Amino acid sequence: MAAIFQGVGAAATLSSSPSNSFVPKKFLTSPRRSFCVPSSVVVRSDGSVNFDLNSKSRRAQQLVANATKADSSAASSSSNPGHELLLFEALREGLEEEMERDPCVCVMGEDVGHYGGSYKVTKDLAKKFGDLRVLDTPIAENSFTGMGIGAAMTGLRPVVEGMNMGFLLLAFNQISNNCGMLHYTSGGQFTIPIVIRGPGGVGRQLGAEHSQRLESYFQSIPGIQMVACSTPYNAKGLMKAAIRSENPVILFEHVLLYNLKERIPDEDYICNLEEAEMVRPGEHVTILTYSRMRYHVMQAAKTLVNKGYDPEVIDIRSLKPFDLYTIGNSVKKTHRVLIVEECMRTGGIGASLTAAITENFNDYLDAPIMCLSSQDVPTPYAGTLEEWTVVQPAQIVTAVEQLCQ
Amino acid sequence: MALSRFASSSRSGSLLKPLSSAISLRRPISTDTTPITLETSVPFTAHQCEAPSRTVQTTANELLTFFRDMALMRRMEIAADSLYKAKLIRGFCHLYDGQEAVAVGMEAALTKKDCIITAYRDHCTFMARGGTLLEVFAELMGRQAGCSRGKGGSMHFYKKDSNFYGGHGIVGAQVPLGCGLAFAQKYSKDEAVTFALYGDGAANQGQLFEALNISALWDLPAILVCENNHYGMGTAEWRAAKSPAYYKRGDYAPGLKVDGMDVLAVKQACTFAKEHALKNGPIILEMDTYRYHGHSMSDPGSTYRTRDEITGVRQERDPIERIRKLILSHDLATEKELKDIEKEVRKEVDDAIAQAKENPVPESSELFTNVYAKGLGVESFGADRKEVRATLP
Repeated sequence: MAAIFQGVGAAATLSSSPSNSFVPKKFLTSPRRSFCVPSSVVVRSDGSVNFDLNSKSRRAQQLVANATKADSSAASSSSNPGHELLLFEALREGLEEEMERDPCVCVMGEDVGHYGGSYKVTKDLAKKFGDLRVLDTPIAENSFTGMGIGAAMTGLRPVVEGMNMGFLLLAFNQISNNCGMLHYTSGGQFTIPIVIRGPGGVGRQLGAEHSQRLESYFQSIPGIQMVACSTPYNAKGLMKAAIRSENPVILFEHVLLYNLKERIPDEDYICNLEEAEMVRPGEHVTILTYSRMRYHVMQAAKTLVNKGYDPEVIDIRSLKPFDLYTIGNSVKKTHRVLIVEECMRTGGIGASLTAAITENFNDYLDAPIMCLSSQDVPTPYAGTLEEWTVVQPAQIVTAVEQLCQ
Repeated sequence: MALSRFASSSRSGSLLKPLSSAISLRRPISTDTTPITLETSVPFTAHQCEAPSRTVQTTANELLTFFRDMALMRRMEIAADSLYKAKLIRGFCHLYDGQEAVAVGMEAALTKKDCIITAYRDHCTFMARGGTLLEVFAELMGRQAGCSRGKGGSMHFYKKDSNFYGGHGIVGAQVPLGCGLAFAQKYSKDEAVTFALYGDGAANQGQLFEALNISALWDLPAILVCENNHYGMGTAEWRAAKSPAYYKRGDYAPGLKVDGMDVLAVKQACTFAKEHALKNGPIILEMDTYRYHGHSMSDPGSTYRTRDEITGVRQERDPIERIRKLILSHDLATEKELKDIEKEVRKEVDDAIAQAKENPVPESSELFTNVYAKGLGVESFGADRKEVRATLP
């Protein structure tokens, strides 16, 4: 389970770009893998910048404002030591920093307080911040999610933890009707700055009900944003961005990724909630993935490289809305798309993504989009069967070969 | 019209002496603030706590304000009925007439710092919290001037600046939200309370008990108010709840049963509850009230109850009539003055409707506003970043 993954440049995203001007195209399609401390700015058509992001290694404590440093002298940051930690620690760090920074942030969930969290994400936070800010709830997802939303309506910023994403099905009414819709039905009077997070995905023989991939269930709810983290770097960044966001954000974590180790920067940084991450630039095929499947893809990529292929791997990270900008650029370059996901096949994230790409970039495709997803079955208990429920690297290799014929 | 029926019934057994009417023509309506001591119609029944006293203090000014506010609400709801039948209001429309005393009495006991959250029968609660008639009618008709810009409708009235949190369509879902509001108040040390209203139908929702449990554990200043109008749409309370004593169903949480048609009793109970909740955590109030209309405009309201029952309640327990009788018996205003107030109110409502009818419908661009809080990317650009290729959900 604990795949110790040393990700040095793995978290590199698109190049750093000047904040208030148009991003020159050459930057973004450059195949050079930048080892820079990832910084990405979403430049809107009106020139305004979304979400301040990290620039290079700079002052330790202050939040780094807009990345105004235009130059891509990215390599300088690799001299910045940073510190190494596991993914769940990165989540905790992000949460802790936000709680220190803003007294309105509180955490609610089962066993998050005294027990320290079932995956240790909130370990010791109750000791530090007290019982009123790190709240142990009874096993009542529907009501404590509702309470989190009610508190968010007044301006607090609760972080609601579902011990397993599957349990959030009990709170679906609150998430869909209240969380997603209140901003709209009140005509803009209330914002719901809540973060709902928890582990999901197929673990190690946890059984059908505890191995659910629920991204697909939430994706049609208007008004919410969904992100999936995959490395300690983006876990911390996305956690912080989600807490600071005025919109409700659902942060999908994965049970098997909690023990990933990576070196992350010391200074304050956040990751853009709506942006995808370029994991490995390439020329032949675009592989879109997220969460745990990223690692299966990277494993398959090693085999593919040996066979002479040059796949471009993008971790889409933002499940709603999709970062069609990054994806589109990639499609324009490679003309072939493979989606690898852990979500269910029917009505899953891959299905939506296929539709979105086909609608927008059909002219650039040389071959139909291939989508590898989990089988439409409840996850079986037996180990071998469970393996076959999710996509394995061998299948990815076969698919790429098929696609590139 | 309903109100005129009562003018005549109140004259029977009237305590008004014929002479005083001549004198009162000169006397302005009393805005006296000297306290008047009265007794509520029925005593309170308590569960796990000490019931507050039956004796309430009020003033002439307050009684007249109550009368006016309730008359306004009654008139507003009747007007909404006609607008619905004229197809200017569509969809669901749940009317509150008969239950006005709860909204008015509660508001009298609270400040604007306290939060109120209720279900879909929210027109009058919204008015009590400071909403205007124009906002109500415009929202009901789906116009721009509505309180939710025409995008919410009858079931989604909100008023953030006076801490009115709506307006919710899903039965029972507002109770955990209300407990969340109470949590936020405790977190921010506001010294205020939240009143989370629900109906006798919603009282059987599991999330209510979950929320109550959490509120009691965390000592939140939450007051759960069951507006028991005895029918959950078409199902009478005895057919839906094994134990229709809703004020007792909190078990460990104290409860109080209140005559919801008596605005003074409601006010007394809410004051008591507010004090209690600030010190001891959640408390349940059961308001014994009644709705004259059916559950909503699509429900005639007569298939599951008899007309006699409805008229019986109107004659014996109508909240506006009770206040009218009180005012007249204490000689605080004459009948004519009260009738004038009602005429004024009627004109106000008519004016607001006319204004709302003139109001434009929302622009088509409003379809996409307020889905997300401003500034966060919902637009996806094409590969050249020059045009918005797709606006994603």
